[in-house]
Amino acid sequence: MATVIELPITSYEGIIDSDWCPGCGDFGVLKALKVAAGKLGIKPKDLIVVSGIGCSSNLPGFIHTYGVHSLHGRAVAVAEGIKLANHDLNVVITGGDGDGYGIGIGHFIHAMRRNIDITYIVMNNQIYGLTTGQASPTTMKDMRTKSTPRGNVEMPINPIALALVSGATYVARGFSGVPEHMASLIAGGISHHGFSLIDVFSPCVTYNKLNTYPWFKERVYKLEDEASYDSSNAEVAVQRSFEWGDRIPIGLFYQDEQPTYEDSEPAFKEGPLVHQKLGLDREIFEGLMQEFI
Amino acid sequence: MREITIGIGGAAGDGLDKSGDTLAKTAGRLGLYVYAYNSYQSVIRGGHIWLRVRVAEEKVFSHGDGLNVLIALNQDSIERHAPEVNSGGAVIYNSDKFKLDPVLLRDNVLPVPLPMVTLTKPFGKVQPVMQNTVALGALMFLAGLDFDTNVGVLEDTFKHKGQAVIDQNAGIARAGYDYARDTFVPLGYEWNFTRTRRPFVTGNELIALGAVAAGCKFYSAYPMTPASSILHWMASHGERCGVVVKQCEDELAVANMAIGAGHAGVRAMCATSGGGFALMTEAIGMAGMIEAPVVIVEVQRGGPSTGVPTKTEQADLNQVFGASQGDYPRAIIAPTDTTDCFYSAVEALNLAEKYQLPVTIISDLLVSEHPETIEPDALTNDVPIDRGEIVSDWPKSNGTYKRYAFTKSGVSPRALPGTEGTLYVAATDDHDEEGILISDVFTTSAVRRKVQEKRMRKLDGLLRDTQAPVLEGPPNADVTLIGWGSTKGVIHEAIVQLASEGIRANQLQIKYLVPFHSNEITQILRNCKKTICIEANYTGQFARHLRAETGITVDHHILKYDCEPFEPHQILEEVKAILEGRERSRDVTMEEARDMAYHYIRSRLSETLRPGRIEQRGGNGFDEAVWDVEIVSRESGDKRGELLIGVETGSTYSWQPVA
Repeated sequence: MATVIELPITSYEGIIDSDWCPGCGDFGVLKALKVAAGKLGIKPKDLIVVSGIGCSSNLPGFIHTYGVHSLHGRAVAVAEGIKLANHDLNVVITGGDGDGYGIGIGHFIHAMRRNIDITYIVMNNQIYGLTTGQASPTTMKDMRTKSTPRGNVEMPINPIALALVSGATYVARGFSGVPEHMASLIAGGISHHGFSLIDVFSPCVTYNKLNTYPWFKERVYKLEDEASYDSSNAEVAVQRSFEWGDRIPIGLFYQDEQPTYEDSEPAFKEGPLVHQKLGLDREIFEGLMQEFI
Repeated sequence: MREITIGIGGAAGDGLDKSGDTLAKTAGRLGLYVYAYNSYQSVIRGGHIWLRVRVAEEKVFSHGDGLNVLIALNQDSIERHAPEVNSGGAVIYNSDKFKLDPVLLRDNVLPVPLPMVTLTKPFGKVQPVMQNTVALGALMFLAGLDFDTNVGVLEDTFKHKGQAVIDQNAGIARAGYDYARDTFVPLGYEWNFTRTRRPFVTGNELIALGAVAAGCKFYSAYPMTPASSILHWMASHGERCGVVVKQCEDELAVANMAIGAGHAGVRAMCATSGGGFALMTEAIGMAGMIEAPVVIVEVQRGGPSTGVPTKTEQADLNQVFGASQGDYPRAIIAPTDTTDCFYSAVEALNLAEKYQLPVTIISDLLVSEHPETIEPDALTNDVPIDRGEIVSDWPKSNGTYKRYAFTKSGVSPRALPGTEGTLYVAATDDHDEEGILISDVFTTSAVRRKVQEKRMRKLDGLLRDTQAPVLEGPPNADVTLIGWGSTKGVIHEAIVQLASEGIRANQLQIKYLVPFHSNEITQILRNCKKTICIEANYTGQFARHLRAETGITVDHHILKYDCEPFEPHQILEEVKAILEGRERSRDVTMEEARDMAYHYIRSRLSETLRPGRIEQRGGNGFDEAVWDVEIVSRESGDKRGELLIGVETGSTYSWQPVA
């Protein structure tokens, strides 16, 4: 391994200040991402942050790297296209629970079963913030929101369990209230060879009055603090992903080394697509034409 | 010009595609031209296939009007198509299995019963599909084609299966040939074989090949007829050509992945049909907004909704125009023939990168799926590749890099992610020159005005870079036929037929829908005596676009929406009716009444029945005349009932079985 030259987080200082509400959990995620990238020594030019639409999806605008602020629910697909075009790039997706677990859930599941080497950070605040407070796919049952005045009748999605059964090879959960821990989970995800999900409790201080910082602080505990927890055991991870109540686990649920999508792509033998020669040699072209005669 | 049209009818699984391919390749190797069209008959359960192969000494541009030889692979095909065979032709069929009632035939049509069991006996156990090979052998003799060339094609087809299989196939073909030679008089075709070998290709294959030749490195798709054959070609050739071929979970992913790849600097293309395109539309607007190059192929089929998946129509034009909210620059190209599919793909990729925008190729099942021979030198690997302005080096002394710099051309030099010193965010929210959002806290109407103008200025360059259409044919014609996309060939043939009847017609075929060469087109049409717009849809979608862009209202429409492609004589008849001021009837014709009766029989009655005598009768109490279709037993010909079909509405009013 080449020696890593760490970079200060100022290397990633964006031109624009973030427009999140004071106290928003997303500040912690932005900082943790910078810390993680700096620790890994990733140059800003080699990092591309792709997002969808939502408060948290504004993140690429606030970090000094390449970025695509794409469509609502489509960040994963756009990111996959970028990764396949240039797999030398570190591709990180940032977005919210509505973007990833609602409108974009199809891409989320399929990206995991592809095990494409992308890191997906979901700022999960269990509410639609940008549209001023409607129920999201992770809103808890019975919670009252603008769109569920009599209480949410639907069960929330369990993103950790979903990721585990969909073939993700790095599944973790962080909390904005424990930023260093989250940064190490993100760094672990970026270094991981394969698809990594970091679901982050990122409280919405404006529209979610239930799942607040104190609510989480009372409940979360780190899996890493349990010496016996084995993050290579998928069954245990699935079991633990259902723990939701007085105690809620954060940390690395599961990690496994599997070949990535890129590993199996024959076109990548010559390196990233973006650097390859365009067009066909005469000989190959004539061979292709011969098939038609 | 010498020509012959051979129709092969059978069920799915009868190996009809392969036989058509063998026939077409044989003719192609002899130096003849071939145009084939595979029409799926949805009226027959199990999926009946009706393949027409037109072979000629000169280039032909459609599957034509006539039928000279029928190869019937089942009883149904005999009954449906034997009456269509022109005088001087033949009907080839397996006489061990099927019967040909001579009543079905026009005068001077030769029945060619082949005793398949006897003919194939010497070859041991043979697959049922081998009856096709016998039939083709017989056809070689009857149509004066070269038997050895046919064997050569069989050898190449079965090379990978070993000599024994080749010998068996060649022997069986020989048995058919010899039997025909000993039993029948040939049909009298004398050909001039130049033996110029011509590729036999489909539009979809050439869209794929053209894209790869022009440097397409990323192709994404979700399976959808009639675009899937692009996916199949790409998948089977991707490794050899260095293309990543990605089948996605849905068309949302297809379009967004292709845009991601295009944004990252790889030439990217995706393809679908109308339904899938509907799912892509939001992403196409994104490509316009973030200025990412991408090519989307929309192969139209019968619509709306699931529609008529295996048939052709040109009714998605409004959708392609309407794709995505907002105004954004893009190009829309409609390839006009098979070879043009290749060059349209090349041009689409070039325009997409040069102008950093989405380019849609709108084709249809007809041009995408029908195979034909093209000239051997029609295609080349040496195609232009214009990537536009790409920033590969940005020294600090250049100052801040502005991804969306407001330039006079509207094109801002593009830096690919990974380049040093040119960091930026490509945002779907509107943004300023550096990519900073102007949507929320930094809203500014002044910047918004200028950034929208910058983007839209790209259309000026596109208009200059694309070729305006020209009028083909005599300048002072009595009538000008206007078409777009795939109808170029069939309109051309209709014009030749019109000329032979003393009617001077010319043609304006449109390929570029956006940009639209309004000035040139207006100039041309102002000088035309009478204009008729011909398109395969109900509402005249292109004629409306033409009116919107030029203010010119065409004098007449010829519209077809039965989802079968135009045939030259159909255009001829309609043009004549228009010129003579005759009213064009929308009533159910006798052929259509038979077709409807077949549908009724297959779906509701029994395979043992078929339509018999058909007569039109006056009103029957339902306020319209009816077709009275006698339904008879296939076996005995005995009447089993009567089906009444409304002449105007086409409603099947009643089915009355014989008591």
